[in-house]
Amino acid sequence: MIIKGGIVYDPANGIYGEEMDLFVDQGRMAEQAKGEEIDARGLLVMPGGVDAHSHIAGKKVNTGRIMRPDDSRQGTQSRTSVCRPSTGYTVPNCYAMGYRYARMGYTTAFEAATPILEARHTHEELAEIPIIDKGALTLFGSNWQVMECVRDKDLSKLAAYVAWGLRAARGYGVKIVNPGGGEAWGFGGNVKGINDTVPGFDVTPAEIIRGLAKANEMLHLPHSIHLHFNNLGKPGNYTTAIETLDLLRDIKPSRMRQIVHVTHMQFSAYGGTSWRDFESKAPVIADYFNNHNHATMDMGQLLFGSATTMTADAPLEYGNARLTHNKWSNHDIELEESSGVVPMTYFRKMLVNAVQWAIGLELALLVKDPWKILMTTDSPNGSPFVNYPEVITLLMSKPKRDAEMATLHEQVPKRTTLAGIERELDWTDIAIMTRAAPARILGLQDKGHLGTGADGDVTVYNLRPEEVDASQDHALVKKALANALYTIKGGVVVSKEGQILATPPGRTFWVDAAVPPADADRLMLDLEDKFAKYYSIQLSNYAVQDAYLPHAKAIRAGLPVEPLPEVA
Amino acid sequence: MSEATLIKDAVCSFCGCLCDDIDVEVEGGKVQRVKHACRLGSSKIMGHGRIESPMIRKEGVLVACSFQEAYDRAAQILLMANKPLMYGWASTSCEAGKKGILLAEEVGAVFDTTATVCHGPSVIGIEEKGLPGATLGQVKNRADTIVFWGCNPAEAHPRHSLRYSSNACGRFTPQGRKGRKIIVVDVRETRTAKNADKFISITPGCDYEVISALRMLVAGKGDNVPEEVGGVSKADLADLAATLKAAKFGAVFFGLGITHSRGRYKNIDNALSLVAELNQHSKFVIMPMRGHYNVGGIGQVLAWSSGYPMSVDFARGMPYFNPGETAACDLLARGDTDAAMVIAADAVSNFPRTTAQALAKIPVIQIDPYENPTTLLSEVVIPCAIAGVEAEGTAYRMDGLALRLRKMVDSGFPSDEEILIGILESVQKQRLLKANEEA
Ligand code: SF4
Ligand SMILES: [Zn+2]
Repeated sequence: MIIKGGIVYDPANGIYGEEMDLFVDQGRMAEQAKGEEIDARGLLVMPGGVDAHSHIAGKKVNTGRIMRPDDSRQGTQSRTSVCRPSTGYTVPNCYAMGYRYARMGYTTAFEAATPILEARHTHEELAEIPIIDKGALTLFGSNWQVMECVRDKDLSKLAAYVAWGLRAARGYGVKIVNPGGGEAWGFGGNVKGINDTVPGFDVTPAEIIRGLAKANEMLHLPHSIHLHFNNLGKPGNYTTAIETLDLLRDIKPSRMRQIVHVTHMQFSAYGGTSWRDFESKAPVIADYFNNHNHATMDMGQLLFGSATTMTADAPLEYGNARLTHNKWSNHDIELEESSGVVPMTYFRKMLVNAVQWAIGLELALLVKDPWKILMTTDSPNGSPFVNYPEVITLLMSKPKRDAEMATLHEQVPKRTTLAGIERELDWTDIAIMTRAAPARILGLQDKGHLGTGADGDVTVYNLRPEEVDASQDHALVKKALANALYTIKGGVVVSKEGQILATPPGRTFWVDAAVPPADADRLMLDLEDKFAKYYSIQLSNYAVQDAYLPHAKAIRAGLPVEPLPEVA
Repeated sequence: MSEATLIKDAVCSFCGCLCDDIDVEVEGGKVQRVKHACRLGSSKIMGHGRIESPMIRKEGVLVACSFQEAYDRAAQILLMANKPLMYGWASTSCEAGKKGILLAEEVGAVFDTTATVCHGPSVIGIEEKGLPGATLGQVKNRADTIVFWGCNPAEAHPRHSLRYSSNACGRFTPQGRKGRKIIVVDVRETRTAKNADKFISITPGCDYEVISALRMLVAGKGDNVPEEVGGVSKADLADLAATLKAAKFGAVFFGLGITHSRGRYKNIDNALSLVAELNQHSKFVIMPMRGHYNVGGIGQVLAWSSGYPMSVDFARGMPYFNPGETAACDLLARGDTDAAMVIAADAVSNFPRTTAQALAKIPVIQIDPYENPTTLLSEVVIPCAIAGVEAEGTAYRMDGLALRLRKMVDSGFPSDEEILIGILESVQKQRLLKANEEA
């Protein structure tokens, strides 16, 4: 395939809007190729989009669907000769997940939170999502085995467990959500700060986070720890954010990347002592990121309208449900986690919501280096991912932001700095925040760029970057981003002008990390005991079987020794 | 192949407990012994009378035929129907369910599960209020207070109490049964009630009132509660409310006694609210006691495929869900369906009588390992391998946990999944033929 004459943004390879031809051969970017010609003359061309944090599969998402028939009724589209039917807005069915990402020019998305015990379910759904490549981050933050290794200061056993857990879950990376809080929620409690003791385990969130960060680096995992802070969603929580980030400054990365990826930063950049004097602390957070290089973040932008909040931060969800009197689902996972789901509507005239909206944008505009901040909505927590074009145009257009601000609660300019921010992002920034940076942060070498050998994932938007002024013509830009002219996945045109043309199955990435056999042996003694006494299923039925990953792509990590023998 | 093999940690595919610690001895291609399962589970795994051959009804009599003939006839029935119903799915794998949904999309069928006649009201209650739940291991490790409401696990889920609830020992519950308070609320003193610390006998049809009274007492508004509610004295209710509030970790398990008494989904709605409110005082979770082993799983598959967990109408080419309209019983009662496929369920025995009679008036395709009353009125009968014994696949436990079913022995029968693929291919072939003829 030849993609001719596009204006290419490939920041990972130092290409910032150059006219050039691209070649895809056997699914990969190549120096030369023959075959189908795509006319992209003068049009915006980028690598396929990469979403490093989105809730797309598993028990929480399906719970959202089951408790929200009102949501499933939206966005319904018939079956076609190519497509299965689509339903849902904040919690689309599996098919719609794939089609909607593809229409926007995205070719990769990572599910943000899977308990090991329920990973089989996650993979059942991931396998049903067509077109896009995917992976799932694995939850470790309230896990008994993790907390016991941390308490015993047995780092090598902890690393062995992380490797084992990733393998059992067929997971991609270490996700930590409100560490310790999920365990405390087992008896209806929570942890209040990073130095609070987790009831019954004699460890603190700070120790859990540091322990997992060190284990992560011992294992040379492609991704860093992926962290949802304690106290997320609470006024005044920016201090917890800074305290937590400071914890990790001295840890040495094992690869060319961050030590910690902070997810949906918007929800953790809050000032004030209550919802009454609630205000933005985005400038403080942005300053911190501008002055330190060990952390990256994603926005977690909130948009007005319907959302479904879903997180392993179960106490937060109970709080959300009490606050909004909305329906509430909770799901505790034995020995590992807890989680909750609550539908939500965000209002322009509600001061808290309006300030939250501004904070996400402040973060993205105040952090100077676009490699440090990804564009996300923590879909569907802040807003479903189909609204990414809205977020991107807000970042690219000061007039659009001003027009929006005029419709919001009048206190917003006092509680945030957004009104005074003149910066407008350009296509290079956007290409980094939606392609190059998420791929680099996740450690996906063949994604997010167009160099030879990279995956043949290319998006052509019906926009002329040399002519269109994104600041003024933001409506035009938004429309073009919503439906790419061409989305090419592995050298196949999967979507053209919003119409799905092909639905190849995507691959699922997971990380297979090797550890010293002696550590694995010590670990197994612990695990055998846990399964005999505490788990409600047998050890031999625990790990996700290969049948659930029909298109698996294992990435090796860990020690340069033979990988662990297959678990069960 | 006479050498005995031992299959360890197999999953029992009978009830929603999905016990996964079953040891099975196989010799000469047959299951010889089953260890750890309860009598319900072992009788299923040991096997019993099977339908021996596919059959098509000719002049009123079921006559043996080939599988392909049966697939073709089934496809023909589905293609001729305006709105076929595809019902059952509770006792087969998710993999079969997936193929079934694809077939339903293809022929524009209504896809419904046995939930419609068991925990359907629970699903609607969850749509109203959400479900504060947990995995069963969480109950085992933490629960000091357990309420069984309108369910009788001693008979229906025999290993539930030992593995997951009343008698299970865990990290924070080392004493097992001794360290727990077990409360049973029911209209009669069941075997489960006999083993409880407290049995609350309520007047049939009064679940809603009793839950409402408990909610008031929990909220400290006991002054407004009358001296007796639903056959229970206020003093007993106040006691119960106090016990629930004092729990460190409480769990409510509920069954058809509450989903099928007066009030139905409103009862569940009310119970979910009670549990949500209890969380302001103590930790509390609630869970339906799902009967058939994979009725939960098919709900999950249907939800991720269509957005809805039951009663989905694909006749318009897109999923449509409106309980009361698209549920199997409503459809049959109104005479709105003109053919049915019944798979992995016995519709005739499960449906109300008038609904079952409606089934007798339309062509029925049955897919099942066993003969049952549905067989008697079926037009096409297709025997299948038993999922979880003779075929692999996935099932979801009552708490939503997915487990892999093993294949223990070979069978000469195709799996449900293979049968559905056979019918789907026949549908596509017959469509093509017709299109070619017309051209
Ligand atoms: S309790 Fe249920 S799953 Fe367990 S052995 Fe008995 S029938 Fe099988
Ligand atoms: Zn998230």
